[in-house]
Amino acid sequence: MILDGKCPTGPIEKTWDKHRFDMKLVNPANKRKYKILVVGTGLAGGAAAASLGELGYNVEAFCYQDSPRRAHSIAAQGGINAAKNYPNDGDSIYRLFYDTIKGGDFRAREADVWRLAQVSNNIIDQCVAQGVPFARDYAGYLDNRSFGGAQVSRTFYARGQTGQQLLLGAYSALARQIKAGTVKMFPRTEMLDLVVVDGEAKGITVRDMVTGEIRTHVGDAVVLCTGGYVNVFYLSTNAMGCSVTAAWKAHRKGAFFANPCYTQIHPTCIPQHGDKQSKLTLMSESLRNDGRCWVPKNKGDKRAPGEVPEEERDYYLERKYPSFGNLAPRDIASRAAKEQCDDDRGVGPGGRGVYLDFAASIKRLGEDTIRERYGNLFEMYEKITDENAYKVPMRIYPAPHYSMGGLWVDYNCESNVPGLFVLGEANFSVHGANRLGASALMQGLADGYFVIPYTIANYLAKTAPGKVKADNPECKKSVEDVNNNLKKLMSINGKKTVSEFHRELGKIMWENVGMARSEQSCKEALKKIPEIREEFWKNVKVAGSGAEFNQQLENANRVADFLEFAELLTRDALYRNESCGGHFRVEHQMPDGEAKRDDEKFCHAAAWEFKGVNAEPELHIEPLKFENVHLAIRSYK
Amino acid sequence: MSHDKTMTLTLHVWRQKGPKEPGKFETYEAKEVSPDQSFLEMLDEVNEDLIKAGKDPIAFDHDCREGICGMCSQVINGAPHGGMERTTVCQLHMRMFKDGDTIYIEPWRARAFPIVKDLVVDRGALDKIIQAGGYTSAHTGGVADGNAILVPKEVADYAMDAAECIGCGACVAGCPNGSAMLFTSAKVSQLAVLPQGEAEAARRVCAMTEELKAQGFGNCTNHYECQASCPKGIDVKFIAKLNREYLKALCK
Amino acid sequence: MQLLTSSVGRKVLMAITGQLMVLFVIIHMLGNSSIFIPGGINAYAEHLHALPPLVWGFRLVMLVAVAIHILFGVQLSLENRAANAETYAVKNLKRATLGSQSMLYTGLLLLAFIGYHLLQFTIRVTPDIVAGVDAQGRFDVFAMVTNSFSHGIIAFVYIAAMVVLFLHLSHGIQSFFQTMGWNNNKTLPVIGKIGTVAAVVLLLGYASIPLFIVSGILKG
Repeated sequence: MILDGKCPTGPIEKTWDKHRFDMKLVNPANKRKYKILVVGTGLAGGAAAASLGELGYNVEAFCYQDSPRRAHSIAAQGGINAAKNYPNDGDSIYRLFYDTIKGGDFRAREADVWRLAQVSNNIIDQCVAQGVPFARDYAGYLDNRSFGGAQVSRTFYARGQTGQQLLLGAYSALARQIKAGTVKMFPRTEMLDLVVVDGEAKGITVRDMVTGEIRTHVGDAVVLCTGGYVNVFYLSTNAMGCSVTAAWKAHRKGAFFANPCYTQIHPTCIPQHGDKQSKLTLMSESLRNDGRCWVPKNKGDKRAPGEVPEEERDYYLERKYPSFGNLAPRDIASRAAKEQCDDDRGVGPGGRGVYLDFAASIKRLGEDTIRERYGNLFEMYEKITDENAYKVPMRIYPAPHYSMGGLWVDYNCESNVPGLFVLGEANFSVHGANRLGASALMQGLADGYFVIPYTIANYLAKTAPGKVKADNPECKKSVEDVNNNLKKLMSINGKKTVSEFHRELGKIMWENVGMARSEQSCKEALKKIPEIREEFWKNVKVAGSGAEFNQQLENANRVADFLEFAELLTRDALYRNESCGGHFRVEHQMPDGEAKRDDEKFCHAAAWEFKGVNAEPELHIEPLKFENVHLAIRSYK
Repeated sequence: MSHDKTMTLTLHVWRQKGPKEPGKFETYEAKEVSPDQSFLEMLDEVNEDLIKAGKDPIAFDHDCREGICGMCSQVINGAPHGGMERTTVCQLHMRMFKDGDTIYIEPWRARAFPIVKDLVVDRGALDKIIQAGGYTSAHTGGVADGNAILVPKEVADYAMDAAECIGCGACVAGCPNGSAMLFTSAKVSQLAVLPQGEAEAARRVCAMTEELKAQGFGNCTNHYECQASCPKGIDVKFIAKLNREYLKALCK
Repeated sequence: MQLLTSSVGRKVLMAITGQLMVLFVIIHMLGNSSIFIPGGINAYAEHLHALPPLVWGFRLVMLVAVAIHILFGVQLSLENRAANAETYAVKNLKRATLGSQSMLYTGLLLLAFIGYHLLQFTIRVTPDIVAGVDAQGRFDVFAMVTNSFSHGIIAFVYIAAMVVLFLHLSHGIQSFFQTMGWNNNKTLPVIGKIGTVAAVVLLLGYASIPLFIVSGILKG
């Protein structure tokens, strides 16, 4: 099937305004009759729930954390992009649009990206009005910094905690609506199924994580804002609770999963220290503003960094990409680091690391300036590694960080299942095959504050409120299915823990479908994943019962979904027989090792339809048309 | 960096089935602990052993494991988050312990934070305080340009110092009075000092302090344990600021 | 009304009434120290009691302040106790002081002491009291005080009470500035030190009288 993204036509700069006019509205007096279920309370979900509640809809919001303020958006450090052009350095909506399309290696929809760039400016204004303490200069004007993949300074930031501040802004707006009674909040509640009635999304089945109660909430529309899936690699920069579960359950109920192979491996993370590690920690990309990446020129050089003379160092990013230097996009910087390490020039234990050196900047700007800019990051680095990065260079290595792929949505952020909307990282829409730094926060808030309030009305206006009641047989069936699934997990009583399976899966994914993929490695993974899955369902051990606070059970359920999803990701990686952005197939590279796209065959989004756990999914294609930018070879040289 | 030697530690962990059940300390041994492991990774390993032995693993809250989400919440040897300056439990590394150490691990204890299970408590009361007024009533859309109202760097920095609060509740856990005054004051101060939040400052400080009482938190008597417990080092100067804002509000 | 019910309102009342008492304690100490000038304290007492409206006005204000301070002090302490019912197995306080933790107890001890002190030197009903007049025909405060403090046990009670006062004020004085909002991260440590020094000065000032008398340096 050829999918239609329902993009408005005409000149791109008018598309969103025209579309807003064309869409249907819901009368203010009728809004409260519609119930909207928002799952996840990160930037996208928090902003959506608050904005929809404020408009007068009857909103129920859900999160698995104990408070909506803890969603993993909070961990974003560096900043948020906007085309304000405050520094007068040549930025514009068009340039942000172009940079994002190019950064994504020409694998995103033009209209969606244009809209993102257009509303980016409103986001900054909105956050300022909420009291987000963005960095300012002495005169009181908003300050900007540079980020990877751009030659202008368009990133707004709040020290190294921009995600935290933006999330707390959205959380405070949400708190205001909870107080006003328009939003009902359900913390410690995890979505375990989507209820589809007559082909439309009309409810979710959740587990109360404190009491273990399984129940269905029905509504007129469901908005999934449940983040990304890179915990499929086990070690990632995501929070421990991040999972594919909500998206996967929707996928199983008919929603297409698009481009799951587009995963972002972030170049600046703290290298792994041992087998018992539970997660990897990111160091903001903003560090690359002042840090220089290097490795020793000589293979196997085990000298301390200070003993390697200047002429024996290879500042490989500056050498390979003179115009972008250390600010090359993430996928390129990650791959370059991997190349150095594969070439036996990596540093630190196991040789899986490169230096990020601040000595030159400290000499030029002074330690105090560096401390002011990145103090909290240096502090965090020292806590984890016991090393002082003011004195010795940081060691960094790439780690799974973000998923550009996600549930397929049209221009309205609506999936192929009517009534199911997907926002933020959970959808596939704007980042193509690679996301630029400081664009995730932008997308989450754009979707939540400025897209869904308009587009959801277009759907609701066409449907009568309260069509589906709680006693609908689909609800009962959904609760039964969830209960049976959990019971099955509890009854296996095998010998291996959930974490052991997760680690095993992660290892296979990282080695075969990680930073570099090949036909052979994908096939290898496709052989091994079903084996682990089978063993999981025979030999996993989950202690306790379902009717209580049970973190093992929560985990087991998430890992069970990862075990199914991993196969889809791998299948997509095998299918996409080209290299683009974060998806690097070793068979397809330029002579200098850059990703080589195949626009003839793969200039499209690949959306997969679920056909059963051990059955092959069906592929649907949405062709990508580029009318405003030229499909070109991405160059950062 | 990579230490070869490992440690063996004795853990006394608070175990409690539910909010109404009696709790008690159980003793466990953590073996082969690497100094490079985080405290939570050490607990993960203890749990793996418990699961394999068919026992109920220790329940504890955690999520981002990089010190920002505020989910992790354990009192270690009497100190919330273990007492290392500006460090959450998840960022606490085992290199601060010695082989053979005995460690007491307890949940946050305060009437406003009922225990859910073991080391997990319900911190919904903090959300309620924010809901009482910890926001500006800005509508989505229709706001002024970000640079329309200038905010000098000193003011923005002051607001940011307050806004760094991660809402973990360590200030309450550390307070001999079980008071959430530092938490409340951080939000009150952040918004009172910014022009965008100034208009509602008086209403906000009254509503939030009222809610603090209604949620069963204690009163502040200036012990300053909150600042010493705070993993973000939020300063008690914000409590002074709250008091100032409160007095200003009373005069209005 | 909020002042009487809210968390911060009551705290402010505690601070203001507490500070009024600190003011009184300072004046009282200055007055007392006239004992070291021959005939000084008798003259001071006579002058003071020549102005009954002032004395009674002052007493009334202090009575109200004490009442408010005690009422809310006890109420807030009980609330704080209820808010923090269970303690940790390992105690590990970092910035709380003995003074800050014992405010309720030191406060109640001081209340008891004030009662005793008033019965003794104001109402003069305790058995140790020697009531007479001096050479100028004034009430002989000096003889009364030196006689009472020559009893070791009474001197000890007074000195002990002043140590309690010191503990109470070591927290109370600096706490006032924080509660009134006249504090920031730069002033906090300075005010903390000033509070402690002031409390020490008051301790020395008051305790010196029974100490000098019981040790025989100051003789009746």
